[in-house]
Amino acid sequence: MSRHGSEGLACNPAPSDASAFGDALDFIVSERESISGGVCIGGPGELLDLAGSHLSVSLVAIAIAIAIALPAALYLGHYGRGEFLAVSISNIGRAVPSLALLAFFVAFLGIGFSNVVAVLTLLAIPPILTNTFVGVRQVSREAVDAARGVGMTEGQIIRRIELPLALPTIFAGLRTAAVAVVATATIAPLANVQSLGNPILEPQTYGNAGQLGAAIVVAAITLAVDAGLGVVQRLATSPGLKLAGRAERGKRFSYIRTRSLTSP
Amino acid sequence: MRSLLLAQTQIRERTGTGCVAENGFCPDWIAENFDKYWSPLAEHVFLTVVSVGIGFAIAFSLALLAHRRRWLTGPIIGVTGALYTVPSVAAFFLLLPITGRGNLTAIVALTAYTLLILFRNITTGLRNVPEDARDAARGMGLTDRQVLWRVELPLSTPEILAGVRIAFTTTVGLATLAFFAGGGGLGEQIYSSKAGTGGIFFQSNVVVAGGLAVLLAAVGDLLILGFQRLALPWRRVAT
Repeated sequence: MSRHGSEGLACNPAPSDASAFGDALDFIVSERESISGGVCIGGPGELLDLAGSHLSVSLVAIAIAIAIALPAALYLGHYGRGEFLAVSISNIGRAVPSLALLAFFVAFLGIGFSNVVAVLTLLAIPPILTNTFVGVRQVSREAVDAARGVGMTEGQIIRRIELPLALPTIFAGLRTAAVAVVATATIAPLANVQSLGNPILEPQTYGNAGQLGAAIVVAAITLAVDAGLGVVQRLATSPGLKLAGRAERGKRFSYIRTRSLTSP
Repeated sequence: MRSLLLAQTQIRERTGTGCVAENGFCPDWIAENFDKYWSPLAEHVFLTVVSVGIGFAIAFSLALLAHRRRWLTGPIIGVTGALYTVPSVAAFFLLLPITGRGNLTAIVALTAYTLLILFRNITTGLRNVPEDARDAARGMGLTDRQVLWRVELPLSTPEILAGVRIAFTTTVGLATLAFFAGGGGLGEQIYSSKAGTGGIFFQSNVVVAGGLAVLLAAVGDLLILGFQRLALPWRRVAT
C-alpha cells in the first residue's frame, strides 16, 4: 500500500485503527486508496457521481411507470373495470423478488441502462396502479353523479373530481413505488449500470468500509425520498379533503397503504 | 459463495457443450441438478418463517399495547415505517458490524421489515370491530381482557391474517438478498452464477432459483389462506 503512496497517488491509504462505522464515515467524507491499490475511491466526489447515476436510473423508471400506470388505473377505476387485474398485479408484484427479476432480465435480455429501467419500472407499476385504482373507486358516487348533473364530461369528471379526491391515495402508492425503486437500484451494477450499489457489490475494490459507507448513503437517500414525497403528498392534498379527513384520520388510507406495500 | 461458484463451474465444465456453455436455458441440466436447490430452498423457508414468526410476536404485542394506549400508534408507525423504508441490502450491511455475518443478521433485518405491515393490519383489524359487538360483550359481563380475546381478536382475524400473508410474500422476496448478510437462501443461488459485476447470469439457474422463490411465496400465501378458512368457520357460513 505504501508503495503506491510514494508513487504520488492523490489519496491516502485507509486508516488502520478505525471502528467499522468510523471507517465507513471516513470513506464517505474523504478519498482513499482502493483495497487492490493504485486507484482512489470513495469520498464525496465518487459518491455524488454514483448517487447521480443511481437517482437518474430511478427517476426515469418512476416517470415511465407513472406514464403507464396512472392513466390506465384512472380509466379502469372510473369505469369500474379490471378490479381483479388491479389486485392481482399488486399480489404478483409482491411475490417476484427484485433480484430474481433483474437476474432474469440480464440473463435473457442482457445488461445495460434500458434493461435496468425496465426492471425498476415493472417494480414501480403495481403500487401506483393499485393505489390509483382503489383511490378512484373510493370517490363517493354521489360526488360523481353531482358532477355529471352539472354537465361535466367523463374526462372532466376524471380530471377534476376523481383525480383530486384520489390524490392522497395515489401519492401513498407513488411513495411506496419510489422507495422500492431507489432501494432496488442498489443492485443495478449487476447489469453494469453504475449506482451506489457499486461499493457494496465490489468489496474487492471498496472493502468493508465502502460496503458500509454506501449502505449508509443508500439508507439516508431512501429515507429522504420517502420523507420528501410525504411532504409533497401533504401539499398536494386539497384543503377540503384535509378538513374532512381529520375526523377519521388514517383509517381508510392506512389500510390502503398496508394493502399496497410491495417488496423492494 | 466462492465454493458454490466453483462447484457450479465444475458442473458446467463436466456437462460441457452447447446449451450450458452458452449459459442458456437447459431443461436437461435442470433435471440433473435440481437436487442442489433443496438446501437453499430450505434456508429460504427457514429465514422467512422464523422472521415472520418473530415479527408477528413483536407486532402483536405492540398492537395490543397501542390498542389500550392509542397515542402510541403514531410513534410506533413512525419507527416501524422508517425501518421498512431502509433498503434491505443497506440494512444487511448496516447490521454486519453489530451482529456479524450469518443468520442472525438476516433474521433481525427481515423481522424489522415485517413489523410495519403486521402492526398496521392488526391495529386496523382491531379498530374495525363494530362498536355494537363490543357493547354487547360488555353487556354480557365480559371484562376488557375477555372482550379482547373472545370478541375483538376473532372478529379481526381476517385482517390480521391478510397482514401475515403480505408479510410472508414480502419476506420471501427480501430473503433473496439475505445472502449479503451470510444468510444463504435462493438469492445466493441466483447470485452465484455470476462473478462480480458485469458478468453473465446462467439462464437455467435464474429460472429455477427465481421460480422456486415465486412458488414459495404463492404456496405460503395459499397455506395461510387455507388456515384462515379452517380457523374461521363462521365466515364460511356467512358468505
